[in-house]
Amino acid sequence: MTGGVRLARLAPPLTLAILLGPLAFGLAGTALPALGYLPELGGAGFTLQHFSDLAAVPGIFRSAMLSIVIGLVTTLVALGAVAAFVASDLGSPAFTRMRRMISPLLSVPHAAAAFGLAFLIAPSGMIMRLFSPWATGLDQPPDLLIVNDPLALSMMAGLIVKEIPFLFLVTLAALPQTRHAETMRLGRSLGYGRIASFTLLLWPPLYRQVRLAVFAVVAYASSVVDVALILGPHLPPTLPVRLIDWMNDPELESRFLASAGAVAQLGVTLLALLGWVGFEKTGAFLVRISRDAGRRWRHDAALRIGARTVMVASAAIVFGGIAVLALWSVSGLWQFPDALPSGFSLRSWMQALPRMSGPLATTLAVAGLSTLIALVLTILCLEREYETGRGRGGGALLLIYLPLIVPQISFMFGLQVLSIWLGVDASFPALVLAHLVFVLPYVFLSLSDPWRAHDRRHDLIAAGLGMSRSRTLIAIRLPMLTRAILTAAAVGFSVSVGQYLPTVLIGAGRLTTVTTEAVALAAGGNRRVIGVYAFMQTLLPFLAFSIATGLPGLVFRNRRGLRV
Amino acid sequence: MLKSPILFAGALTAALALSHAAKAADPNPRDWDAVLAEAKGQTVYFNAWGGSENINSYIGWAGETLKERFGVEVVHVKLDDTASAVAKVLAEKTAGKNEGGSVDLIWINGENFASMKRQQLLMSPDWTTGLPNWTYVDHENKPTILTDFTIATDGLESPWGGAKMVFFHDTARTPAESMPKSSAELLKWTQDNLGRFSYPQPPDFIGSSFLKQVLIETIADKSKLSQPVTDASFDEDVAPLFAYLDTLHPNLWRGGKAYPQNYPDMKQKLADGELDIIFAFNPSEASAGIAAGELPDTVRSFAYTDGTLGNTHFVAIPYNAAAKAGALVLANFLISPEAQARKQDPSIWGDPTVLSMDKLSTDERAAFDALDLGIATLKPDQLGPALDEPHPDWMERIEGEWLKRYGAAN
Repeated sequence: MTGGVRLARLAPPLTLAILLGPLAFGLAGTALPALGYLPELGGAGFTLQHFSDLAAVPGIFRSAMLSIVIGLVTTLVALGAVAAFVASDLGSPAFTRMRRMISPLLSVPHAAAAFGLAFLIAPSGMIMRLFSPWATGLDQPPDLLIVNDPLALSMMAGLIVKEIPFLFLVTLAALPQTRHAETMRLGRSLGYGRIASFTLLLWPPLYRQVRLAVFAVVAYASSVVDVALILGPHLPPTLPVRLIDWMNDPELESRFLASAGAVAQLGVTLLALLGWVGFEKTGAFLVRISRDAGRRWRHDAALRIGARTVMVASAAIVFGGIAVLALWSVSGLWQFPDALPSGFSLRSWMQALPRMSGPLATTLAVAGLSTLIALVLTILCLEREYETGRGRGGGALLLIYLPLIVPQISFMFGLQVLSIWLGVDASFPALVLAHLVFVLPYVFLSLSDPWRAHDRRHDLIAAGLGMSRSRTLIAIRLPMLTRAILTAAAVGFSVSVGQYLPTVLIGAGRLTTVTTEAVALAAGGNRRVIGVYAFMQTLLPFLAFSIATGLPGLVFRNRRGLRV
Repeated sequence: MLKSPILFAGALTAALALSHAAKAADPNPRDWDAVLAEAKGQTVYFNAWGGSENINSYIGWAGETLKERFGVEVVHVKLDDTASAVAKVLAEKTAGKNEGGSVDLIWINGENFASMKRQQLLMSPDWTTGLPNWTYVDHENKPTILTDFTIATDGLESPWGGAKMVFFHDTARTPAESMPKSSAELLKWTQDNLGRFSYPQPPDFIGSSFLKQVLIETIADKSKLSQPVTDASFDEDVAPLFAYLDTLHPNLWRGGKAYPQNYPDMKQKLADGELDIIFAFNPSEASAGIAAGELPDTVRSFAYTDGTLGNTHFVAIPYNAAAKAGALVLANFLISPEAQARKQDPSIWGDPTVLSMDKLSTDERAAFDALDLGIATLKPDQLGPALDEPHPDWMERIEGEWLKRYGAAN
């Protein structure tokens, strides 16, 4: 018993060390070469030369601006759609249906969704094929710049369809902490439209809960690499894509430029976040004006239909994209304007499957282990918080979110140098640790709310019956929270499966996962092979989510109170 | 919970100590039996571009064969860009890891080789000419085996395959006789067929090769290309190239506002009907694409009358490789007549051999003669002359110039 208590006391500092240690060392490892310090390349002193080199790169400001705009627009549209949808459909059958689709939508990796979207909307893509030649009269695709457009519209669309399920999930998690049904009824009875009732009464407390997750979306969209490679503009590409090019440049001196760029990326993401804070202030101001003017916004049908359309369309795009990629994985020759392949073949699967076993085993082991560690640490942290009775501090929460907000690319390179220096690169423990940096925040965030919402009176009764604290945890709280724990595990598992950059850099190419294999093969641009891997990449998280939702029902089939 | 970090640190110290103790002289290929003995039980991390399933299967086969015959394990580290392996060796040098590195063998040529050679990141001195199978290599008639993009290989990289730029088109859409036979004719063709041609965006290897092809055809004094760039005359030397590109770009696919990513992307776009003419660095790519059901069987190849770029690709061993003996055994196996004949088979890969047919035994030659090179593959005499690669300096400068002029066009 005392052992358990002591462990719980160690958990919070250990968790912070795991999250912030790699972050701090990684940032230092990036900042030093950016300032000219990399002795093996002849950089012994400190200089700002590399930053002025960076500023002289053609189109660099456009690249940076693009990243900022993409971060802001993506988040604005995705969050707006989610908020409007929740406002207009909370409690409706459409809402329940959407809620059921979240897990499969979250299971589809960003890159796979981007590939799917690219093939749907390209001039020679699926939509065009369905309407050609009978409706369009075309037997040759039109020469239109849709994918990779200079304004990054297709890239933002690709990001929006994937951020919507994430923001929806976060919002759903926060909803139970508000008295949403009563609040909405109050607003409606005062004559406000649904969206106005929601915006004026429910949104302020709700937004406070999801704010950090929204920040994470801004940061992610402004620093994403894989989606930008597939859908983003080319001339010039966004800043993170240029960074990767410099890091991969055979002229090793480009390393300095890449490091300076990684520091600049940190600034770009920070600017995007500041821009978002500006949006928040503007939004709050507009809401106040409308509120003080007393406008009821009763006729909001257009907005509500719009929100529902965006939600349905985003789900349709993600599912449609994956379905088409799955079709590619078994297709033979498939030319424009054929709506279906002229032949089917299992060749891609036959070639890929035998070589997938190694990466698959690594994926499962790393994801399983990092999720397990994250779960144990999270539970111990929450248990400690429960014991001390100290609520969450906003500061502590920010620290947990930090690895999700600081761009991966800005600290992963430094972390790679550090791991080589320690001689632990390409080792399994180092890879698990690198994944843990990203798995832990998600697990913590998914589990903390249900944990805190747990009814303390169960523990009081247990204590009254003479149970020790550890025993209460094991016999009462853990079983009652099984569903939440499994869901958190599924989230952590899928986050680990999706990690590309940390796996490539720390795994040093020796430890490969399904995702790193998928990206390496995607370099070959072969849609059939991409289809095979995208399918596998989606399947793993999907299985995890299915287990999380199905298992409790099975285990608790004779515990009526724990069924849903 | 508290114990594990200490254990971990302990294991780390032990591992570091071991790697220092293991310091030994590099294996000598001229004492082949010793190499074989040392290689047995080693694991070779072969860093090679992993974007093609055909090639991945071939490397898988080589690995299995090596394990069977010599007890050497081969792990294919699939790269999306060769330069990342170069960067990895550099990162290791940065961290002072001069032994036990994570890269044992790299598939390499051109600027990556030049960069590694200059930074002294390669195992030296000359080891390739000591390999037992070097006797079959056609270094007399294939000058690109000894000079990689005008840089002397000095035995620091062992040849693996040949490459030559060839163009493909679909005869179902475009007649063979309308195909251009030079860069100048290509420019004219694009004027008549707007939006039906493009090239991968530099610094993609194939895209940069296209720029070099045009450079060779347009530069006033070709002899300059075998030397590093002269700063004073650079602008003047490349003026015809960029005049050509300025005229070409508005005629390109998407009006030159976006470019295909790489060769496989172009191949997909040929099948999608977005492009009419594409090109590759492997003469049998079209036949391989037909065999794999990726291209229609009406696709055919053509080359320029006055020649197209030709080069050789190699494998090299980093200076700090952990399994040098194993890497030597693999490099030697890759230039064996058996492995080379299999590699040239279009249904396997279709990569041209670096061996000399005259140096092979009758049986070994028969294996090559029996290959069906495929319906869309040009015969050696139809491929046209091979043009030498310019000094890598040119490629770098042209890529930089390209980026400056067109990289931020929007």
